[in-house]
Amino acid sequence: MSIKQISVFLENKPGSLCAMTEVLAKHNVDMRALSLAETKDFGIARIIVDDIFDAAAVLADEGYVHSVTPVLGVSVPDEPGGLHKVLKIISDAGINVEYMYAFLGGKEAEHAYMIFRVEDDTKAAAALRTQGIVTVDQEEISNL
Amino acid sequence: MEKRYYQPEIETASHEQIKQWQNERLVKQVKHVWDNVPYYRKKMEEKGLTPDDIKGRDDLHKLPFITKADLREAYPYGLMGKPLKDCVRIQSTSGTTGKRVVAFYTQHDIDLWEDCCARAIMAAGGTDEDVCQVSYGYGLFTGGPGLNGGSHKVGCLTIPTSSGNTERQIMFIQDLQATILCCTPSYAAYLGESMKEMGLTPDQIPLKAGIFGAEAWSEEMRQDIQNTLGIKAYDIYGLTELSGPGVAFECSEQTGMHINEDHFIAEVIDPDTGEVLPEGSTGELVFTAITKEAFPLLRYRTRDICTLTRKACSCGRTHIKMSKPMGRSDDMLIIRGVNVFPSQIETVLLNNGYAANYQIIVDRVKNTDTLDVHVEMTPAMFTDNLGEIDRMQKELVADLRSMLGLTAKVTLVAPKSIVRSEGKAVRVIDKRKI
Repeated sequence: MSIKQISVFLENKPGSLCAMTEVLAKHNVDMRALSLAETKDFGIARIIVDDIFDAAAVLADEGYVHSVTPVLGVSVPDEPGGLHKVLKIISDAGINVEYMYAFLGGKEAEHAYMIFRVEDDTKAAAALRTQGIVTVDQEEISNL
Repeated sequence: MEKRYYQPEIETASHEQIKQWQNERLVKQVKHVWDNVPYYRKKMEEKGLTPDDIKGRDDLHKLPFITKADLREAYPYGLMGKPLKDCVRIQSTSGTTGKRVVAFYTQHDIDLWEDCCARAIMAAGGTDEDVCQVSYGYGLFTGGPGLNGGSHKVGCLTIPTSSGNTERQIMFIQDLQATILCCTPSYAAYLGESMKEMGLTPDQIPLKAGIFGAEAWSEEMRQDIQNTLGIKAYDIYGLTELSGPGVAFECSEQTGMHINEDHFIAEVIDPDTGEVLPEGSTGELVFTAITKEAFPLLRYRTRDICTLTRKACSCGRTHIKMSKPMGRSDDMLIIRGVNVFPSQIETVLLNNGYAANYQIIVDRVKNTDTLDVHVEMTPAMFTDNLGEIDRMQKELVADLRSMLGLTAKVTLVAPKSIVRSEGKAVRVIDKRKI
């Protein structure tokens, strides 16, 4: 089970991230997580939001180029070895992680959430499930 | 398709007939200029020429050229062939490449100019059943008035929207079911983009043909415009110095533009030596206006680089065809000693799946020229994968290198961040201080 991430094309120059967050704020889009990947000239802002359809429509209206990418969300106990356990399963299944980032889970502070972009999210989710780890779904993210 | 012409006896005349017209009219025109334009008479005298030396088209090469510099020097009245009281109109260029050109017209000159535009509209399939929206600027710019006059002569219902106000343009196209659109190609592309954004598909757009000119555009841009608007896009060529649009126009074959040879004699010359080149060679286009009264330019150097061909055309027109100009010698950039035309860069961008929304920035850093191409990211090209974007960017740099023979930097910029002009697009920013 995957969640949907919005990836937004931004120029790498002062104010461009701020302009995007302004658009999201103006339309009451609540972000759960944000990660930035950058080159010298441009970057990609990857965001997880409460309402994917709303956020995508708002961004398109404001002329942002974006895409929706399926990613895996995993709740990881905030303790030594918590992330390693998850990565070990993915690694043993021979699945490549393209990128990942973390965020702390809302009010439930003893958990961190990890977002994984993997080459095969169905296979990764299945591997995790057999080891008793359930991936987070869109609804859970929305309700955080 | 049924072949229709505005002036069939002229447009399909035999080569001998065309040559005969050109011989007679050139001889008459040289006398007219000699008698009425002291500026040019002096140029002829400096070469030891009198009107008697010009007996026909074959003697044309003897005459001196007129260049942009002459227009500047003779500004405003120095090249006039008729007294002001016989003139009824002026038109003027945008002055983007220096001082404005002011051209004068008698009623006869306006009529022949509008005839040329009417031929272009009929070559694009226009008839008196059509609704023709003229979205070129009206005013000093020749685009609006020229196509407006041509559209009247064909008998189309003419919508004189002029340029700008995109929403209103689209409203008229849709509400009045416009079938022919006349504007600059960059504006046509912009209108297409806007209509697509509004959710209109080509079959919901009533347009069937477009007549686009006044700036350079590539074959790939033509395909783009044809696809988004669901039309056939025709090129039209002209210069204010010679009348305006309609000096040459494209027919259904879309393989070059027929020059209206009953009004203009075309030559291609070597831009460095001024020597006339044989048919089929690539060089600078030179025009002699043989029927104009008020602003009768002889051997005017256009700076446009192209080739001419007299090969038979499937449309039935017999007038010589010019290729789409490969660039203007004044648009041509010399970067690290290499000649670069913006149209070459546009071709590579469109071939690689990018839109024609780009800007070329040339600068000089530590005595070396730099070429930076800014390209707008499009939804179709965007991916979440940074590596993939990097790969596409590198591919673009490699393709530019093989087209231009030099390395360009490619910068991907946000959509719509490059300023769109509703007239001519600003494609090149040259920051070099030489």
